[in-house]
Amino acid sequence: MSKSFFIDTSRCTACRGCQVACKEWQGFGPNRTKQLGWGSHQNPPDLNHLNYKVVKFTEFKIKDRVFWNFFPDQCRHCVEPPCKLAADGHVKDAVVIDKETGAVIFTEKTRKISDEGFLMMKEYCPYNVPRRNPETKIINKCDMCLERVEANQLPMCVKTCITGAMQFGERDKILAIAKARLLKVQEEFPEAALLDEEGVRAIYLITHDRKMYPHFAALDEHRKNASLV
Amino acid sequence: MKLTRRDLLKVTGAGAGAIALGSLGVSYLVTESYAKKLKTSGAKEVITSCPYCSVICQYIAHVKYGKVVSTEGDPMYPVSEGALCAKGSAMLSQINDNKRVLKPLYRAPFSDKWEVKDWDWMVKQTARRIKDTRDKYFKEKNAEGQVVNRCDEFFHAGSSQMSNEELAVHRQALAAMGVVNIDHQARVCHSSTVPALAQCFGRGAMTNHYIDIKNTDCALIIGSNAAEHHPMTFKWVLKAKEERGAKIIHVDPKFSRTSARSDFHVPLRSGTDIAFMGGMIKYILDNNKYFYDYVLNYTNASLIINSKYGFNNGLFSGYNPKTKLYDKSSWQYETDADGNVKTDKTLKNPRCVFQLLKKHYSRYDFNRVSSVTGVSQENLRKTYEAFAATGRPDKAGTIMYALGWTQHTVGVQYIRTGGIVQLLLGNIGIAGGGVNAMRGEPNVQGSTDHAMLYYSLPGYLYMPRANEPTLEDYNKHNTPTCKDPMSANWWQNKPKYMTSLLKGWYGKAATKENGFGYNWLPKLDQATAWDKGDNSFLFAWEDIYNGKIKGASIFGSNPAQSIPNANKTRKAMANLDFIYFGDIYHNETTDFWHGPGMNPKEIKTECFLFPAAHRAEKEGCVANSGRWILWHNEATAPRGESQPMGQIIIDIMNELVRLYKKEGGKFKEPIVNLDWYKKYDAEKIAKKVNGYYVSGPDKGKQLSSFTELKDDGSTVSLCWIYTGSFTEEGNMMKRRSHTQTPLEKNLGLFPKFSWVWPANRRILYNRASCDMNGQPYDPTRVVVKWQDGKWVGDTPDGGMPPMSQKGGKYPFIMQPEGLGRLFGPGLVDGPFPEHYEPAETPLTRHDFSGQLSNPCMKVLVSDHDKIAAPGDLRFPIVLTTYSMTEHWCSGSETRNHPALLEAEPQLYVEMSHELAKEKGIKNGDAIIVESARGRVEAAAMVTVRITPFKIQGRTVHLIGMPFAFGWTKKGCGDTTNRLTINAGDPNTTIYEAKACQVNIRKADMITELAIEGVTSEDEMTGGNHV
Repeated sequence: MSKSFFIDTSRCTACRGCQVACKEWQGFGPNRTKQLGWGSHQNPPDLNHLNYKVVKFTEFKIKDRVFWNFFPDQCRHCVEPPCKLAADGHVKDAVVIDKETGAVIFTEKTRKISDEGFLMMKEYCPYNVPRRNPETKIINKCDMCLERVEANQLPMCVKTCITGAMQFGERDKILAIAKARLLKVQEEFPEAALLDEEGVRAIYLITHDRKMYPHFAALDEHRKNASLV
Repeated sequence: MKLTRRDLLKVTGAGAGAIALGSLGVSYLVTESYAKKLKTSGAKEVITSCPYCSVICQYIAHVKYGKVVSTEGDPMYPVSEGALCAKGSAMLSQINDNKRVLKPLYRAPFSDKWEVKDWDWMVKQTARRIKDTRDKYFKEKNAEGQVVNRCDEFFHAGSSQMSNEELAVHRQALAAMGVVNIDHQARVCHSSTVPALAQCFGRGAMTNHYIDIKNTDCALIIGSNAAEHHPMTFKWVLKAKEERGAKIIHVDPKFSRTSARSDFHVPLRSGTDIAFMGGMIKYILDNNKYFYDYVLNYTNASLIINSKYGFNNGLFSGYNPKTKLYDKSSWQYETDADGNVKTDKTLKNPRCVFQLLKKHYSRYDFNRVSSVTGVSQENLRKTYEAFAATGRPDKAGTIMYALGWTQHTVGVQYIRTGGIVQLLLGNIGIAGGGVNAMRGEPNVQGSTDHAMLYYSLPGYLYMPRANEPTLEDYNKHNTPTCKDPMSANWWQNKPKYMTSLLKGWYGKAATKENGFGYNWLPKLDQATAWDKGDNSFLFAWEDIYNGKIKGASIFGSNPAQSIPNANKTRKAMANLDFIYFGDIYHNETTDFWHGPGMNPKEIKTECFLFPAAHRAEKEGCVANSGRWILWHNEATAPRGESQPMGQIIIDIMNELVRLYKKEGGKFKEPIVNLDWYKKYDAEKIAKKVNGYYVSGPDKGKQLSSFTELKDDGSTVSLCWIYTGSFTEEGNMMKRRSHTQTPLEKNLGLFPKFSWVWPANRRILYNRASCDMNGQPYDPTRVVVKWQDGKWVGDTPDGGMPPMSQKGGKYPFIMQPEGLGRLFGPGLVDGPFPEHYEPAETPLTRHDFSGQLSNPCMKVLVSDHDKIAAPGDLRFPIVLTTYSMTEHWCSGSETRNHPALLEAEPQLYVEMSHELAKEKGIKNGDAIIVESARGRVEAAAMVTVRITPFKIQGRTVHLIGMPFAFGWTKKGCGDTTNRLTINAGDPNTTIYEAKACQVNIRKADMITELAIEGVTSEDEMTGGNHV
């Protein structure tokens, strides 16, 4: 009965529709961004309290062939979210999971979580997602546009996606779609893979080796065993 | 529950790809709902159209208590299916933006600020200035003594942001005032598309449409970055790839977001696409990849050319170096004693078009093409093989292009190469084929249809010239004749369209005696030389610079940002006595008088800035690139005191009429006799654009087809190609039905969604998709089919029977000879495209001929229009310019959207690692880019996506820059057009924005990019912005 996203980067054109539509729906203001000292199309540089969705760019040249990978990053809505584990140790029910959809929701109770607690949430998240609003102290991230989903509408990013790179629906159907799509994509890109599909509700399909994507794209072997500071 | 670090380590080590925390007793289920309240619940939904690219995604404006509270895509629009790119996703911010111009503003001479005035005062003052200027300078005759009845001292710019109805009234008003210096965005966007495609096929528009791209077997995306600038196209490109296994090829100087999603990318030096495509033509001919029957029967391959025709060392026969024009008489078809064109159906006669084509492109071998373009021979072969494979009857290839092709001194000829290739391969008139010109902002298709250009009248009629004093002269000059009974020669109907237009403009005052008002139209000078009779931006702005122009109107455009050689453009504006503007934002043009380097205390220009309503605040229609006419609705009343641009010109003209009636004045007839309006009513005007009977038994009835138009004054139509859009059955453009027959559904034709010009025909030239018996060459992609004595499917392109039957006609009905033109005798610079270098080039010679650049090109050279010599070592780097997904063109609108400026905040230069290393530049460094004309400051973006080219054995570097950043948004940079060149194509004077020569260096200190980055809410610099 729960929901999931399927994010097929083999179709993404990095149009930033998802990044902007999310902001407009949430009513967020802008960050100061720049090219001077930065020199990249990836702006804002990372997820932040005013951007639940940021398209990330990685470019490579391998044997005279250019590759440019796009990764529309967002919260994974983990099946068993470590951020909740960390939060529960500080403020009960600040982080909740919606029964119907499985959406991981940061409530306004998160404003009561201490700075250490917030850092712990950030560290526990394999994908480096939680962010804190410096003024309100609320910790926030993608909320799966829960009010839209409850009204039988698609999350904004999915609605606005031009090429169908973003899909959304019942988890078992989405998993089936993702796996079938992976087989198809592997015909052209043998290194294609799904990322952590059994543990997350935002399932990414990548076309190249994991190393050609941003640092926190997947739960890595080396981080699984790393010690946490 | 507090966990220890050890607990967590234990857990994270356990899972093999997932985190299993259940074992630690963490609870996961809640019963309350944590969803926020849905802000759109209970809202009214109004459908309107995005104002950004020519896909024109329709979107839903959610309205509560008269205010737009949210926007999102309309799933019913078949082209977008509810999706929106970054710009479309930001519509909410734009509609509600408080930085919009919401009150009428006036800038007095020598003032440093805007003052708020009331609307009526603005209208009265503006009309007064127009009348005073017109009465002072109006000329009845030109220097040659011909009657011209015009006022050269006026200039008008804009706008492709106007709806069709606003354009219709504006064009009428400008003609009435006697304004001839008329131009707008189409000039710099796709003006070269119109004569190029018209020369090839008969109409100057995208031949297929956006959804049809899904039907292709091979998409050649060239001179375009479709995924970034026409983002919605990639929905259909990827469908073609996934559902048909289509090959996607991207040919463009820079590896972009389009290249990332294509099968392969072919980098080539900007300015060399004719060489590239010429090589493809040679490949197709040498390897017999052309569709023989199609070429023989549907093109002019078999027609024989005049014996005096020749081509030698880069010049065609008939060149006059003084006028820089050709005498085209030697390019015409050879005729027999009866005036019939001679043909050779064996295609062997050395002077038949087919053999001339072969001969012309025999020089375009792999070595020469590779050497000048920088494309490896392997990439040439790969591209040619893949695309030429679509020459089979059961294969379709499409060419998708945009400004990478249009914006050159050989722009028209670039596009002609596409037309020739597609005619050879039989890809015109078929599903998944075509030459798909992806146009710019909406409504540039409509603004071209409605002729906001100096040389046209609505419906692709020509503006009269000084040697056409009467309507009879005009009709004689402009109406083609053809003796071949198999040619429909549709333009023979021109007189009906011209008369119906004039009758629409002058109503009861238009009579046979005054040529239906023809005598009141201003006349252009004849184009007897490259610099005569050309009133486009290039020459008009030179006149402004020289103080020859006194008054201007600039609507919905930003020439001070978008026109090349911006230093000259901006300086020139200070010479104007007055300008009246209609716009939704302040921009570098409305506020030129306090821009960088300008001292308001020395600038006399009076400025009247009328607040224009947003598209979501008015109803009307706009045309997408696929010729779909889409109606948008009023979601919310115009904010503040803004009004539609249509109302602005209606008010001003009403005041002008009142003044001329009261005071008299110079040549008042065209003004006082206008069939004009009191209130801007889009529906009423749309009905008139469609046309109706004004006399006879059907008086007052809407027309249903342009076949009903007459030349006797009994019908009116403000644009004949739109006839059928608003009939007795109602507003066809408002239709939203998805009902399709299986044939239509297969192709995605959507014939009952909106209305398409002409005659709701979705794929142009579609009778060429069938053999001479009217049977489709490809039964799996049927567009039209002759069945039981009639055509079924799409509206046939000409309802006449197939060629093998009695009354059958050739499939290119708008051509005088009825055939697709491989040889195109109607263009200024040659019947065959030929490689010439851009006006500024890194080379001093090339292998195709001794003629370095286009012998007919229009270039201004002066103290204020400097150009670098070929191979000038001061400026060795090729600069190409382009747009971005996140900003629209000049950026004057999108820089005001916080989320868009956040995504792309500052001017950058994309350059190769090799060039960066040479110059000691690192990614993110401040750099200065310089050309012979000016300099800009930018941030370096060092990337693998740009590679140095090997040209004639040596390395030539190329860099790319967007042009969306202007000084009115503090700290983001200023216009790239300070660098670009005033050189234009000889057919349409479109600028060569895609290639000029520059140099770059690391900057010690810059001021135009704020080091800390920009805040999107920053107010404007300088002056007291009200």
